[in-house]
Amino acid sequence: MAEVLVLVDHVDGAVRKPTLELLTLARRIGDPVAVHLGPGADTAAPVLAEHGAVKVLTADAPEFADYLVVPKVDALQAAAAAVSPAAVLVASSAEGKEVAARLALRLGSGIITDAVDVTAGDEGPVATQSVFAAAFTTRSRVSRGIPVITVKPNSAPVEAAPAAGTVEPLEVSFGELATGTKVVSRTPRQSTGRPELTEAAIVVSGGRGVNGAENFSIIEELADSLGAAVGASRAAVDAGWYPHSNQVGQTGKSVSPQLYIANGISGAIQHRAGMQTSKTIVAVNKDAEAPIFDLADYGVVGDLFQVVPQLTAEVKARKG
Amino acid sequence: MSLRIVVAVKYVPDATGDRHFADDLTTDREAVDGLLSELDEYAVEQALQIADAADDAEITVLTVGPEDAKDAVRKALSMGADKGVHVEDDALHGSDVIGTSLVLAKAIEHIGYDLVVTGMASTDGTMGVLPALLAERLGIPQVTLLSEVAVADGTVTGRRDGDAASEQLEAALPALVSVTDQSGEARYPSFKGIMAAKKKPVESLDLSDLGIDAAEVGLAGAWTAVQDAAKRPERTAGTIVKDEGEGGKQLAAYLAEQKFI
Ligand SMILES: Cc1cc2nc3c(=O)[nH]c(=O)nc-3n(C[C@H](O)[C@H](O)[C@H](O)COP(=O)(O)OP(=O)(O)OC[C@H]3O[C@@H](n4cnc5c(N)ncnc54)[C@H](O)[C@@H]3O)c2cc1C
Ligand SMILES: Cc1cc2nc3c(=O)[nH]c(=O)nc-3n(C[C@H](O)[C@H](O)[C@H](O)COP(=O)(O)OP(=O)(O)OC[C@H]3O[C@@H](n4cnc5c(N)ncnc54)[C@H](O)[C@@H]3O)c2cc1C
Repeated sequence: MAEVLVLVDHVDGAVRKPTLELLTLARRIGDPVAVHLGPGADTAAPVLAEHGAVKVLTADAPEFADYLVVPKVDALQAAAAAVSPAAVLVASSAEGKEVAARLALRLGSGIITDAVDVTAGDEGPVATQSVFAAAFTTRSRVSRGIPVITVKPNSAPVEAAPAAGTVEPLEVSFGELATGTKVVSRTPRQSTGRPELTEAAIVVSGGRGVNGAENFSIIEELADSLGAAVGASRAAVDAGWYPHSNQVGQTGKSVSPQLYIANGISGAIQHRAGMQTSKTIVAVNKDAEAPIFDLADYGVVGDLFQVVPQLTAEVKARKG
Repeated sequence: MSLRIVVAVKYVPDATGDRHFADDLTTDREAVDGLLSELDEYAVEQALQIADAADDAEITVLTVGPEDAKDAVRKALSMGADKGVHVEDDALHGSDVIGTSLVLAKAIEHIGYDLVVTGMASTDGTMGVLPALLAERLGIPQVTLLSEVAVADGTVTGRRDGDAASEQLEAALPALVSVTDQSGEARYPSFKGIMAAKKKPVESLDLSDLGIDAAEVGLAGAWTAVQDAAKRPERTAGTIVKDEGEGGKQLAAYLAEQKFI
């Protein structure tokens, strides 16, 4: 069976959930071969094997951390040369997309970004995209070269599918461009202890209606009662009430959770672009005409300062 | 020596309009009014600020797109850019990102550059990969997704707020920069700027001017193929209740019924 390359997204060997989702999709097309770059391959390999990787190609070098994007392209290109894959799957993070695009160009291949599903097809993998702020669904394929596809988080289930996961070192030689953009310093984002926004099963968001940074504690308390991640509209972020890393929408994160709760958010097209594919959408807004109610499976017209704390208390009570 | 800046801007259908696909599954550009992609205004703004900080600089605005795409160039010129280049050719219709990046790269080389500035993503295709592809094609460093950028002494520096960390980046010119909507509000064109833009030169180029074979671009030259496009089914109307004092409890009951609690 043909091999499918999966670029591993990890933090020092802790494999991020979207990579496990990629392995599920890769198994539909062929035998997943994971490519682990940077430290922590020993930690990652068993996890990757558990989820279907027949092989784990590993390379570690200071370049991966010290320079932007290109060293990883060099490595993935070397991996593609080593296994002649039927497709390359990469998670749709900012970096993942850039790595994938440059790789596609080098391989003489087309690229599809932000797929929400990938299936096997007669003429190669078929990727589903959700476009124009999720108003349309398209199905596309790469018609030339080795298909390179980036996939959004929460697009496939994580499945256990034990495979050999044989670890093999990958020989990488870095080109001249690899050291073009130096990462002079790096400040890791502080962990909030809450689930990762793009990976969370439930997202609780606040918008302009939250009316102040201090009031976001109401949103956080609801999120914590549900074990959810916290999101924000651009209006709330621009006002300085919540960090940009939590922004949901076209210029923030794109989320696709089981449940999305929008509080004091009107539902502008650019916000919808980042949350419209959520399974269940719930809205709390004092304006019955707010466009967010057009999307909502359940909506409460009311003051969030009344509704949200009552909801939080009730959730806590029901959970005991 | 003068710092030569090329800003790539895209002309896109208005996102608040009813965007859809034409029969050949390309973006219908007739049905909805077009405009300069709002996210590319940030690129123009940062180019203007970089030019202001340099002793001597010239900003060329570049767009690849249909005839109306000239409007995007005019808007950028009215914000303060110096001249424009518009690549237009019937053979470009339906180009994918690989084809578009080829045309942009050739045009940038034709113009001559020390610094290329782009937006973070278009508001229609929203791929966000064209900047990386341009850097790859031009063989220059990519310093992308910056929320802060400066150019001094032949070096670009900037801050990239990534998923896991905030990174301080550095690269030597010539280089490519892409900026996010966190980089600072774009200026509005002044009346004077709008009048001045009318007199600024806009060069029109076609594929033969750039030495590109028409077979390499357009729908036929694309390396990706859209099989079908379907309007997402309208979400079925949900239950909307008015809070009469029990709204939070009603919502909790719904969440419990849906097994979220
Ligand atoms: C290029 C571009 C990119 C963009 N990207 C994004 C993006 O990534 N994400 C994003 O979110 N936006 C984005 N925007 C902005 C977007 O257009 C909207 O301006 C923004 O989403 C509005 O945020 P909001 O809904 O919080 O605020 P508003 O539209 O002001 O809505 C606030 C809502 O809160 C309700 N409200 C007020 N008080 C209460 C209360 N006490 N209780 C209950 N409800 C209350 C109001 O009825 C109203 O509906 C982008 C815009 C552009 C042009
Ligand atoms: C809904 C949709 C989905 C698509 N999906 C794919 C796909 O999966 N694969 C594929 O190969 N193609 C795809 N395309 C086609 C692709 O969008 C176009 O080829 C486009 O020219 C480049 O991609 P982008 O608009 O997403 O650019 P982005 O990578 O999002 O643009 C980033 C920046 O590049 C610059 N730029 C982009 N286009 C131009 C231009 N024409 N002129 C000047 N500067 C420009 C701007 O500075 C912009 O901010 C899609 C198009 C649409 C409408």
